[in-house]
Parts: sequence; C-alpha cells; structure tokens
Amino acid sequence: MTAVAHEVDRYLESFARLEAGAAAKGWTWFQPVRRDAMARFADLGFPTVRDEDWRFTNVAPIAQTAFAPAPEDGVSPARGQMAPFEFPGLTGSRLVFVNGRYAPELSSLGPLPAGVTVTSLAQAIPAHPDLIQAHLARYAEYHQDAFTALNTAFVEDGAFVSVRRGTVLEEPIHLLYVSTETPAPVITHPRNLIVAGEDSQVTVVEDYVSLGDGVGFSNAVTEVVVGQNSVLSHYLIERESPQAFNVSTLRVHQGRSSSVTSHSVLLGGALVRNNVHPVLAGEGGDCLINGLFLATGRQHMDNYMKVEHASPHCGSRQFYNGILNGQSHGVFHGRIIVHKDAQKTDAKQTNRNLLLSEDAQIDTKPQLEIYADDVKCTHGATIGQIDEDAIFYLRSRGIPKDSARGLLLFAFAGESLQRMKVEAIRTHLEALVAQWLPQGALLEDVR
Amino acid sequence: MLEITNLHVKAGGREILKGVDLRVKAGEVHSIMGPNGSGKSTLAQVLAGRETYEVTAGKVTYQGRSLLEMAPEERACEGLFMAFQYPVEIPGVGNTYFLKAALNAIRKARGLEELDAMDFLTLAKEKMTRLEVDDRLLTRSVNEGFSGGEKKRNEIFQMAVLEPTLAILDETDSGLDIDALRIVAAGVNSLRSPERAILVVTHYQRLLNYIVPDFVHVLVDGRIVKSGGKELALELEARGYAWVEAEARAAAPATA
Repeated sequence: MTAVAHEVDRYLESFARLEAGAAAKGWTWFQPVRRDAMARFADLGFPTVRDEDWRFTNVAPIAQTAFAPAPEDGVSPARGQMAPFEFPGLTGSRLVFVNGRYAPELSSLGPLPAGVTVTSLAQAIPAHPDLIQAHLARYAEYHQDAFTALNTAFVEDGAFVSVRRGTVLEEPIHLLYVSTETPAPVITHPRNLIVAGEDSQVTVVEDYVSLGDGVGFSNAVTEVVVGQNSVLSHYLIERESPQAFNVSTLRVHQGRSSSVTSHSVLLGGALVRNNVHPVLAGEGGDCLINGLFLATGRQHMDNYMKVEHASPHCGSRQFYNGILNGQSHGVFHGRIIVHKDAQKTDAKQTNRNLLLSEDAQIDTKPQLEIYADDVKCTHGATIGQIDEDAIFYLRSRGIPKDSARGLLLFAFAGESLQRMKVEAIRTHLEALVAQWLPQGALLEDVR
Repeated sequence: MLEITNLHVKAGGREILKGVDLRVKAGEVHSIMGPNGSGKSTLAQVLAGRETYEVTAGKVTYQGRSLLEMAPEERACEGLFMAFQYPVEIPGVGNTYFLKAALNAIRKARGLEELDAMDFLTLAKEKMTRLEVDDRLLTRSVNEGFSGGEKKRNEIFQMAVLEPTLAILDETDSGLDIDALRIVAAGVNSLRSPERAILVVTHYQRLLNYIVPDFVHVLVDGRIVKSGGKELALELEARGYAWVEAEARAAAPATA
C-alpha cells in the first residue's frame, strides 16, 4: 500500500465509525451527500503542489498526521478561559465550539430580534429542516476540493445563522472555535451555514483560537447565502497556536444587488489556507474582499481567492496586505473568473507585501479568466521592504528607530484594518496586530 | 553651537563634500548657497544623520558633543531640526499622531512632561493659525497627497511645534509661491532668538530677502569657497555662480 493511499484510508476507516453515530443524531437525510463527499475525497486525495491551486502550499504535514476525531467526553474549559478571546464592546450573541463541538455552557445568546436564528447547526436540523436541506452543501464545491469534501463527509456541527427577510441585526454574531490541548492531534470539521434573506443585514465573526499548544487541525467550511439587496459582513480571524493547522473555506452565494464584505486577519497557525470564494450570482451585486496576514517563524499562510462574476453589473474589490518575518512563507493567489454573461463587470485586485527578513518568502499570483467582452479587470501586486526614507524622516523628528519601524508596519496593516467598519472588532484587531509587531509595545498610544 | 571641521563625505563611492569648515554660533543665521550638485543638500542630510552618506574624514561638534556619533533621533532630541527638501509621504500615519509622538519624544529627552492629546491640539492649533496652515492637514496622513507648498509648510509647522535649537532648512524655498514664501519666512523669523541658530540652505537669494542672514557661504564642488555678509547673496543673485566657481578653480591648486 502506498503512503498516499494510507493517508486516505485513515479517513475511510474513521468515516465508517462516524456514519453510524451521526445518523442517530438527525443527519439521516444528509447520508447520500456525506457518502458522495467521502467518495470524492477518496478519489481526489490530498492536493499536491502539482495541483495549480496548491502550487505554493505543501499540505503533506496535514496529510501525514494521524488526526483523531475530538473525544466525545472531552474536558470542557471554564467560562473564564474565554475572556481573552472576547471583543470588548461586542455584546451580541456568541456561540462557542470546543474542538468542534457546540458548548452551550460557554455560549451566550443575547436577545435577538424576531426573525433571527442563531444556534448550532445540529440543533437547528429539527427546527429548520427546509432551510438547511435547501442550502447545506449546495454551494461549497466538495466535488472539486478535497478539504471541502472531507468536511462535508465528516460534518457534525457548526453554526447556523438565519436572518429573515427585511431583518437587520446590528450586533455582530461571534462564532468562537476553541482548540484545546489534546493527547493526540485532533481534527475538527466546523460547518457553518448562514442564510440572509432579502433586504436583511447581518455581521458574522468566525474566530479560531487555541487553549494551549495542541497540534489540532480545523478544517472549516462556511456557506453563506445572501438574498437580494442584503448586506452581509463576514470576518475570519485565525489566531490559533503556532502548531495548529487551519483550512477555512468561505463560499458566498450573492443574490441580486447584495453587498458582501469578507475580512480576514491571519495571525496564528503553522499552516493556514484561507479560501474565499464569492459567486456574484445576481445582477448588480458587489463584494469587498479584504485581508491581512502576518506571519513569522516558520508559519505558512496561503490566501486563495476565487471571485466569480456570474452576472452583469457586479463589482468586486480585493485588497490583501501581508507582512512576513522570520522564515515564514506567504501566498496570495487571486483568481477572478468572469463568466460569459457577466458584462460590465468591474473587478479589482491589489496585493501588497512587506518582507521583514531575508528568509521570508511571498508568492503572489493573479489569475484572470475572462469570458465576457465588456469588463474592467485590474490587478496589481507589490513586494517590498520598509521604506527607509520614511524611517529616516520619523527618526529625524525624534522618534526612536524601533518605534518608527513599528509605526510604519502598523500603518501598513492599518490599510487593511481601516476597511473594517465595526469599531469594536477593528479596535480589538488593531490591538492584536500591535501585539504581534516586534515593536508593538511602543505603539500603545497609537490607537 | 555648531562646528564643522574638514568634513569629507562620500555617497555611492563618489566624494561629495571635500573638506567643509563652518562655525555657527548661537543667535546667528547662516546661509549656504551654491550651484546644483555642489553638496548643499548632502551637508544638510549629514547633519540630520542620514545614514546613506559615508563620512570619510572630519568632525562635527554640536553643543560640545560629537554630532556624527549621535543617532538621528538623538540629534532631534538635542534640538536639531532639518526641514526636508523633499518631505516623505507616510500613508497611514496620521499627522497629529506623528507630531505628538515626535514632540513627546523630544520633551521626554529634555526632562519635560509629555503633553496629552488636548494640550497638544491646543498648541498645534495655535501654531497653525500663526503659520496660516490649513488645520485639515492635522487629520491627514503625514504629507500624503499634499501639494509641494503644503509639504513645505508642514515642515515649517513641525519646526514651530518642535522649537529646535538649530534649524536647518534644506531648500525650503524651492517651488514656493511668494505667499507661501512669506509664511515660511515668518515661521523661521519667529524662531530667531539669541539661544538658537538657523542654517538656510538655498539655491536662490529670494528667500534671503525675508530671512536676512548674518553670514552667507558659497559651497562649490564640496568646499566652502567664499564667505561674507548678506551682500554676498545679492552679488550672487546679480552675477550668478560662475565667477565664484572660477575663483575657486584658480585657488584650488594652492589649497590642495
């Protein structure tokens, strides 16, 4: 038996055990999809660097680790242990998942307006069967993507957010995924479904954190369905331990005249893949895809964008900034696909990177596939070092060298952070970014 | 206050300053004039601590200390200020934050209490009114998208806030219209005092109608070849630099 087949076999064995258990928990209707996804994963196997979409990221460390499912009887952390992960000033609902399992005792559901549902996906199945069956696994491409297939085969829980037509939820919903230190490496498959009805508005924060230093693997898939004329904001925050693996896939289906923003801030993890895949399915939709990735040590952060324009008169903006230190490796792969009928598409992509060390590395790749003839698509990428002229200017005014460097790095990160409109989230992320910077302590009164 | 002795400076392997001597006492205003490429800006940048230049010989004493051994920020904290010929744009760093951080770094070095945001704004607004600087500049990023004139005024505004002991103006007058020039000059003149010194590096005599210098030096090919009073500037304006250059060439074999 080859090593590669062995990597897949582990999951096939695990799947047989899961199937029996999951069926009992209300997932019976999902069985065919689950089996289909498992079969697809068995066919696809883990991607390799020969695969164009994975050219810069070697997932062997994930493929070769014998991950186990999270223990059923895991020790639950205390509520107080969640305090460091809270966003001061954010008072909305919070769902906490510990090693992929919903932890109601750590969650808090604030008063929600009528028409808003925030709960765990497993709990939502009996109450909202139509909505879930209509949307779950209908968008994420488990036929093409091995990690999505794996998630779909092994899905047990995640968050379910539904906002009824015409409803505005002002307070962001905080979804917190906590990985704890476990005796053996644990794999989790968070699966989130967000359905925003027509004329609605909602903000969801997907936040991955670690308690301790476990070598966990979070393989998350989030499907978002945005109705006509709706406004949806999604935040992804990766701040797991430097040993963690994380593959997060965001698949957004945008209706007519809808407006979506996706913000990503990657700070943690050993190997991180951030897939952002909006499809502008209805006319006149627009999306802003904004991200910041900060890597150091031997961290590897891969941002894979796939922006699909499937209808006319849609706009998309991608802005990703990366700061890479140590021997870290960053990737920005930005695909823009303009389908045949998507005339008057206006798509723009900008990726800017700062390399702080000799050994840090960035691969940036724009990929434009345009099948319509009346479109505007632009892309640009820069790779550079800190501007020494600016450092000298600041120093010549009395600002010490380290503070000057910190200030410029913070300003660079700030370009991304400034696009985040929810003040409580932005302020907290600014603090996390300042902490990350080697000169962060010098910047205390920046904010 | 400032004593430059036999200063030699290289940039990119080429010798630019070839033995500059200059003494500036407190209370004095000196002007350094010279044709393009004579090394005027290099001198200003070296005094401010620019590290891309290599000092190969000579020394610079500032208030009794060896200036060349001090980091740029240390020089600023000791009261040295250079108004840049080409101020740098720094996107994402707010002008207010930047200037407050600079002022507080300098105040801290002088053993003064740091200013809080309110006190700083009061001070900044007062200086802005005096220098006719648009207070919207405060809310923008440092020099980002500023016009040439706005950048130069911003330099003078920073100078007014930081109140240096030795101010070096590196071609601050270049590209300014007459109104801006008057404002810049007023800003510099208001700084004149018996405890301070000002070094005006300029290509044109025009600024010196407004900032009247005590001494004028002509820098040619990396050396000060002629010094005199304010009337020297007028002579240069009338006759150009060619005659000084010719004189310098004639004298060169003797001094070499």
